[in-house]
Amino acid sequence: MTTQAKPEETAAPGGSSSFLSVRDLSVRFRTEDGVVRAVDNLSFEVERGTTLGIVGESGSGKSVTNLAILGLHNPANSEITGSIKLAGQELVGAPNKELEKLRGHTMSMIFQDPLTALSPFHTIGAQIGETYRKHTGASKKEARDRSIEMLTKVGIPQPTTRVDDFPHQFSGGMRQRAMIAMSLVCDPALVIADEPTTALDVTVQAQILDLLKELQQEMGTAIILITHDLGVVAKTAKDIMVMYAGRAVERGTVREVLKAPQHPYTWGLLSSMPNLTGPVGVPLRPVRGTPPSLINLPTGCPFNPRCDHLEQVIGGKCTTERPPLAPEAGHATACHLSSGQKQEIFIDQIQPRLG
Amino acid sequence: MLRFLVRRSLGALVILLIISMVTFALFFAIPADPARLSCGKVCTPENLALIRHSMQLDQPVPLQFWHWFSGIFTGRDFGGAGYCNAPCFGYSYVKQEMITNTLIDRFPTTLSLTVGSAVIFLIFGIGTGMLAANKQGKPADKIASSASLIASSLQIYVAGPLALWALVYSTNWLQLPAYVPITQDPIGWFTGLLVPWLVLSLIWTANYTRMTRSSMVEQLSEDYVRTARAKGMSGRSVFLRYAWRGAMGTIVTVFGIDLGVLLGGAIITENTFGLQGLGQLSIDSIRQSDLSMMVGVTMVAATLIVVSNIVVDAAYALIDPRIRLA
Repeated sequence: MTTQAKPEETAAPGGSSSFLSVRDLSVRFRTEDGVVRAVDNLSFEVERGTTLGIVGESGSGKSVTNLAILGLHNPANSEITGSIKLAGQELVGAPNKELEKLRGHTMSMIFQDPLTALSPFHTIGAQIGETYRKHTGASKKEARDRSIEMLTKVGIPQPTTRVDDFPHQFSGGMRQRAMIAMSLVCDPALVIADEPTTALDVTVQAQILDLLKELQQEMGTAIILITHDLGVVAKTAKDIMVMYAGRAVERGTVREVLKAPQHPYTWGLLSSMPNLTGPVGVPLRPVRGTPPSLINLPTGCPFNPRCDHLEQVIGGKCTTERPPLAPEAGHATACHLSSGQKQEIFIDQIQPRLG
Repeated sequence: MLRFLVRRSLGALVILLIISMVTFALFFAIPADPARLSCGKVCTPENLALIRHSMQLDQPVPLQFWHWFSGIFTGRDFGGAGYCNAPCFGYSYVKQEMITNTLIDRFPTTLSLTVGSAVIFLIFGIGTGMLAANKQGKPADKIASSASLIASSLQIYVAGPLALWALVYSTNWLQLPAYVPITQDPIGWFTGLLVPWLVLSLIWTANYTRMTRSSMVEQLSEDYVRTARAKGMSGRSVFLRYAWRGAMGTIVTVFGIDLGVLLGGAIITENTFGLQGLGQLSIDSIRQSDLSMMVGVTMVAATLIVVSNIVVDAAYALIDPRIRLA
């Protein structure tokens, strides 16, 4: 790891003006079994008014990355290195008091499961209003009015009475809307949505995504959308980052990555998606094997035990050398295959499968 | 809420009726003859028959139960022993006393013992538990956890004499335990009960420390607590407004039941310190085979537990909005 070049360090592709700029972020957890490298040398940018979709399997480091941005990891058992800059302000190592002021105000998070992520003991209005009062110093009355306004905005019917309801009196979709209202109450410049639609059925899912998009257009919010659903990303994001074993393996615009994916893992993800317009009865092709242990990663490319294209790489570099994410800007992959090979494999073998 | 209370109170009455029938049956119908027990050493058959008649033991058991049961509401006449006003739990031939009077006489001791130690163990137990949860994994937590493990494995009949020796006999720091009614002498009441309070609350403090710590730790890892932190709430607000709120339900539930049990008589503590409360009364009546007294004590203890259960359920509904009372 130390011998490997870090191209991101020398030149930032998006320039230092990026609204959110994550550089060489590593998150490690000390556990009884050893050190878990949940995120390893990750760099990315998000601009205002755009959405970055982060996709990957469970345990690929998506959520850990974003909890690190908010500074929600327990410092007692985690070690965070690298740099996270939000509008120029360094967040790694920032005092907790500073982070408290930013959380919910400048950056906020929409959690995956709105039933467990909302407090069962406080009314929806209290939970939304509390954030507003904390960051703006508003009175109880003002906070309540603001809560009602936010509930109206996210499409909760009868917001003036619903504001006094408890989360258990809301349906799943309404809870997620309330969650969104809560995270947007201070007009944050960055919203991290951690699988915001996973717990919802598909029709509600579409509504929630549309809602996020509308709010983004209205307020110019930067959104990081964490998901393992490529369909969701295709619908909402501008850029995609595919993560595997705590690293970015492919990065580019939605069009680039979904229309012409270059990394074997992305191919695997796309092939494992059911195709509604394709012939019925064609079996899905899951990525074989299981995600590696983050305590003891395979040497070389961490994807090598699951990759079908090892033999095509000259010199067997896949098991000895970790491929860097290249090129520095634009559509990039971390794979030893040459770009010609990638092109060829994708067109010959992968594209026909995707239909 | 009102509907709930009415419904639960009616239910409680049914439960108490069943308990009273069972205890009555157990103590009166099955074991030794109460008349023989109160007959004395020289017991002629004539004498026995007389006592049996005066105790109405010659009547069928259901009728005896009815006399006893109706006595609770209407009072009862015990001939030579006098009239027993409602609520009448019967007459103790061993103590030569109306059972209700004995219970009224003994209850303040138990009540004082319970309330005093409950105040101590709630404050220290919950306080230490929250501290341990806040400093989870740090030295303060380890000390609190080990101390509470040791304290909760202590027994009162060990800790009691030890405390007496350390605080009273060898140092004269505190007074020998004794019960003085608070109405008579509040300072005497306090100093007289201080040692029993400390000893009884030592073990309970340990239990409440462990319970508070574990439910706080559990709550702190809940998703909604993480959400509160992600909203920018301060550590203190997250701890008290969110985690403590969630932990409170468990603690109130357990405390309600514990309170009911304690009010029924802290048998070992009262016995260790020679306090004449309900616990001591129940032991004495077992020793003296005072069956009617045992029924009386059992009924009081059962009532206290049933009532505290209702209070717990009502309190739980106030704490957790998801619980709806109907």
